[in-house]
Amino acid sequence: MKHTVVALMEDKPGVLNRVSGLFRRRNYNIESLSVGHSETPGISRMTVVVEGDERVVDQVIHQLEKLINVTQVFNVTHQPTVIRELALIKVKATAGTRTEIMELANVFRARIVDVSATSLTVEITGPEEKVNSLIGLLRPYGIEELARTGRVAMVRGGNGHSDEPDDAPQATSESK
Amino acid sequence: MRLTGAQMVWESLVREGVDTVFGISGGAVIHLYHALPEYPIHHVLMRHEQAAAHAADGYARATGKVGVCLATSGPGATNLVTGLATAYMDSSPVVAITGQVATPFIGTDAFQEVDITGITLPITKHNYLVTDIRELPVVIKQAFHIARTGRPGPVLIDIAKDVQAAQGEYQYPDEVHLPGHRVPRNDISSPVQQAARMLNEARRPLLIAGHGVILAGAEHALVQLVEKANVPVVTTLLGIGAIPETHPLCLGMAGMHGEAYTNLAMSEADLIVSLGCRFDDRLTGPVSQFGRQARIIHVDIDSAEINKNVVVDLALVGDLKDVLPALIPLVEERNRDEWLARIGEWREDSAKRDILGRESDDLVPQYVIRQLWYATQGNVVVVSDVGQNQMWEAQYFIHHRRRALISSGGLGTMGFALPAAIGVQFGLPHEQVWVTAGDGGFQMNIQELATVVQEKLPIKIAILNNGYLGMVRQWQQLFFEGRYSGTPLLGPDFAQVAAAYGIPGLTVREKSEVEPAIARAVHSDGPFLIDFRIVQEENVYPMVAPGAPIHTMIRRPEASEQG
Repeated sequence: MKHTVVALMEDKPGVLNRVSGLFRRRNYNIESLSVGHSETPGISRMTVVVEGDERVVDQVIHQLEKLINVTQVFNVTHQPTVIRELALIKVKATAGTRTEIMELANVFRARIVDVSATSLTVEITGPEEKVNSLIGLLRPYGIEELARTGRVAMVRGGNGHSDEPDDAPQATSESK
Repeated sequence: MRLTGAQMVWESLVREGVDTVFGISGGAVIHLYHALPEYPIHHVLMRHEQAAAHAADGYARATGKVGVCLATSGPGATNLVTGLATAYMDSSPVVAITGQVATPFIGTDAFQEVDITGITLPITKHNYLVTDIRELPVVIKQAFHIARTGRPGPVLIDIAKDVQAAQGEYQYPDEVHLPGHRVPRNDISSPVQQAARMLNEARRPLLIAGHGVILAGAEHALVQLVEKANVPVVTTLLGIGAIPETHPLCLGMAGMHGEAYTNLAMSEADLIVSLGCRFDDRLTGPVSQFGRQARIIHVDIDSAEINKNVVVDLALVGDLKDVLPALIPLVEERNRDEWLARIGEWREDSAKRDILGRESDDLVPQYVIRQLWYATQGNVVVVSDVGQNQMWEAQYFIHHRRRALISSGGLGTMGFALPAAIGVQFGLPHEQVWVTAGDGGFQMNIQELATVVQEKLPIKIAILNNGYLGMVRQWQQLFFEGRYSGTPLLGPDFAQVAAAYGIPGLTVREKSEVEPAIARAVHSDGPFLIDFRIVQEENVYPMVAPGAPIHTMIRRPEASEQG
């Protein structure tokens, strides 16, 4: 199962290195990782998609919490969440296929952000499934370049993220 | 007050209560060494930076205070790595200070430049690279705080050379602001009640006391709990001393080389309560088979340890110093005669197989260790090395005191004992400190004999010399067709080596010489070394074969079966 974990961390040199080093060393299966500024100056926000069972994601969260530069960690997997990814897709286009591609993009509310004699660059935003669908449809035309940001996530509603850090780990009863 | 960066370091260390540091000088710390004589801190010049890290670690383990080591950039810093990894694995509070090339040279592959913060990322609790003198006091304050709070661990501070030389306004912060550093302060009353209920209901309960009990200073509370609930307790290697091994409810060390009755108790228990132990594979064997009949409660200060190796039924994240006193009033006095009687039977069976019960003139290591215990009545601090010697020490020395066995558990660092003992002796100047080591490990940091002499330390050294890298040889004998590949080991005449350093020594070849030799060492004022030429192919028994369940032990062959 895929889990979405959001972590807030100090925006300092080497912090991303600490996080990625932790994932590598503990052999966690990270699907995507995206990081950028948060609402607080000096604090970055990272969204990680982790593949594994509850026990694995608990480990990831608690190991992240041990990093001194990481201030808060949330598992938003089981909460109502807005999840988005952005992709830039450069696809081969000829005079014959250009309109078709533009129509496909339209259906997905994607935008054409660059046009050349031989290609189109499409920008799409949405949940991964939507991005995957469009990529699947464009593949037959020949994708020349693809850049995806990975998932960013935000819990719906409320007033900002909870002040409570993630709870202490729960024992998985009867699971031995 | 205006100080140089170097002065700020020492001034801050003094304010943190540091009186001893272990280190080696070099180009990138020359400013630090220049300022050192102005401060009331004793610098112990080690002969290798690895030894400096082990010494700081030994000091920390013996005293509970933060141990400090110091090294120059490049090779000085990389030499610390093994020592830091050792301290990290065993949760030892160490602050390592390294010099870095001057700020303008960082990243240019300058002379003796190495990215030590990058290198030590996975083996420190946290680390810092200081390139601005204004950050220096705050960083040092934070480093000590991080090293000693929560689950302790090593912190490295890498300070650029120009920062040490620069001048700045010095103000040492009174408190630290570290929002990302969590020390558990959650309400534990509910899981404590649940734990007490599970303990009260259990018919065959067992406690595992790990290093965490000692790190928390919760030894007395543990004894109170054990006595009130009438529940037997096993220890991990680093948990030795958490409860006196003379206590009738203490079953000694469990795990790969635990006594058979200890491991049987662990596999037959219906409730296991782990206190400050991280379920290392040397303790559990294959986790799928561990505690098959038991519900498991895990008490730890580090939430990331919960369900890491062994999936547990109840997690209790907190400081044992709080958890145990909360638990004691809730546990009921129960009669557990049946369970204790069963363990007693296993214990008698183990005693029958004990090598010390056999008539023999062979100089076996178990006898040496037991004689060392007799001669000192356990009233010394033993610093053991790694390998067979470590297991024999753990099995045959009866530890009744807290913090009186110092050993590298998690990393299993050969060469640890002698340099760690130097730190231990500085931390505990009135204790007699004994090193027990094999001939292999001892040669890995043998150069520290010079430090012992220079610092006039009365450290006693017992080498269990079998001419092999013995633990590996034992595995080769039992599991690798007896092919002794890379294990026969030529050593020097250790007594003569000691003499060359100015340390008196003896070589012991006969069983009858053991007692007088130990007596001489015990009563000597200065350092003393004894080279025990033990039976070469003696094995550590019992042994759980790698990958086998913890209750399936290879027992010592009967006397008649042994060649």
